[in-house]
Amino acid sequence: METTSSNGSNPETGTYRVKRGLAEMLRGGVIMDVVNAEQAKIAEDAGAVSVMALERVPSDIRRDGGVARMSDPSLIEGIKEAVTIPVMAKARIGHFVEAQVLQALEVDYIDESEVLTPADEDYHIDKWEFSVPFVCGATNLGEALRRISEGAAMIRSKGEAGTGNVVEAVRHLRSILGDIGRLQAAKPEELFGWAKELRAPYDLVSEVAQGGRLPVPLFCAGGLATPADAALAMQLGAEAVFVGSGIFKSSDPSTMAKAIVEATAHFRDPHIIAKVSRGLGDAMRGDDLRDISVRMAERGW
Amino acid sequence: MSKASPLVGILALQGDVREHEAALCDLGARSKEIRRPSDLEGIDALVLPGGESTTLSMLMLSSGLVQPMTELLKSNLPVLGTCAGMILLASDIEDGRPDQISFGLLDISVRRNGFGRQVSSFEEDLEFDGSDVPMRAIFIRAPLVTRKGEDVEVLAYGSFGGSSAQVPVALRQGNVMATAFHPELTHDGRVHGELLKMCVSVERSSTGSTR
Repeated sequence: METTSSNGSNPETGTYRVKRGLAEMLRGGVIMDVVNAEQAKIAEDAGAVSVMALERVPSDIRRDGGVARMSDPSLIEGIKEAVTIPVMAKARIGHFVEAQVLQALEVDYIDESEVLTPADEDYHIDKWEFSVPFVCGATNLGEALRRISEGAAMIRSKGEAGTGNVVEAVRHLRSILGDIGRLQAAKPEELFGWAKELRAPYDLVSEVAQGGRLPVPLFCAGGLATPADAALAMQLGAEAVFVGSGIFKSSDPSTMAKAIVEATAHFRDPHIIAKVSRGLGDAMRGDDLRDISVRMAERGW
Repeated sequence: MSKASPLVGILALQGDVREHEAALCDLGARSKEIRRPSDLEGIDALVLPGGESTTLSMLMLSSGLVQPMTELLKSNLPVLGTCAGMILLASDIEDGRPDQISFGLLDISVRRNGFGRQVSSFEEDLEFDGSDVPMRAIFIRAPLVTRKGEDVEVLAYGSFGGSSAQVPVALRQGNVMATAFHPELTHDGRVHGELLKMCVSVERSSTGSTR
């Protein structure tokens, strides 16, 4: 099905629109953490739009302690071969060599993630240097805009990964979206003050004030464990959800995964959410935030 | 009954729905999100957006949309599929999942992610439908057309594999149109404009003129 001609057009890879474009295509979907090819297949069968390949889900990282790093390339390759949907993988905050390795492995998105132990306490990765797009976590609008200024093509609210507790995800989403609403209502001269307060570039602040949304898709992560949690994040204004420990730490991962996919697609329809929430077995146990010693969301700045 | 502007349904279970709404709105058309069978009522055309075709297939099945959509499309409803939407319209999916839905209305074979993974995603200028105004096209893990039937018209060719090889990236067969790229991500209304023209033609044929 090929013909040849020379119309002189120059295909450009790795442009910002191309990077952001994949995030746009994932909207309304569920990105699931998986630790092996078998789980990746279950996720794909359940309707995941993408999988995040990692060695341990956040709740296990939390339990085991120690330094959490990029996954073994052979694990990532095994997962890439098992599914046809996009595969993401995590690099430590500031660890640009892990990111280079992930790009060489041709993962579809790199998550510069607070779930791993940070490698640099001053600088995040210069994401403009890469042709593979990045997603970064944020707890508030200033943090989101700083990550975007470094080249992130997708933002996810951080929540508190591995807790099965949605309260932090809600706090971060409300903070980001609340400040976007306040920016929209601000007078033009006030935006300079906002830029200073948010510690974010004026141009991005101005763009958000005009557009009423981040310049890249805003997804939600960290602590979502049930179909209703996913729909809550979507109703609050998230454009898609990441579910980590919530699926494969539940008693029936396949059914839970399908139910969360349905609830995310039909997030405004309580009848469908009720239907898919029946007989799911046990959700992951979850933690009260007062009982955890490590706050992953505080990593990154 | 004459209509002010066509009402276009956009499959809204997953994917870049908002961009299609904006593109249609820019052209003066109305749009409506389709999540369940009753939403299909009254639409003059349908858009199948970009997204993950496996996810869209699963959700269309569980939402009971497959049967009513098939019937509507068989009745010659104008339809545009972009990227994942092209896969849903294709008669033959080379490496699809066994449970993947295809309406089979466009006589082509497609290979999912045929241009490669995200690192190979790209944008470039195309010549669309013989126009000398280039059309910027964004390809995201795009499907590759590996065969097309005789009745399928090619509206644009694009690059493949960094060589001078050209492959069909925008196609039309009757009232069915599909692109491997995302016209909804750029502010070029020509592809959506073609869809709206088809709505007008359909109205004409129902009042007896030829098509």
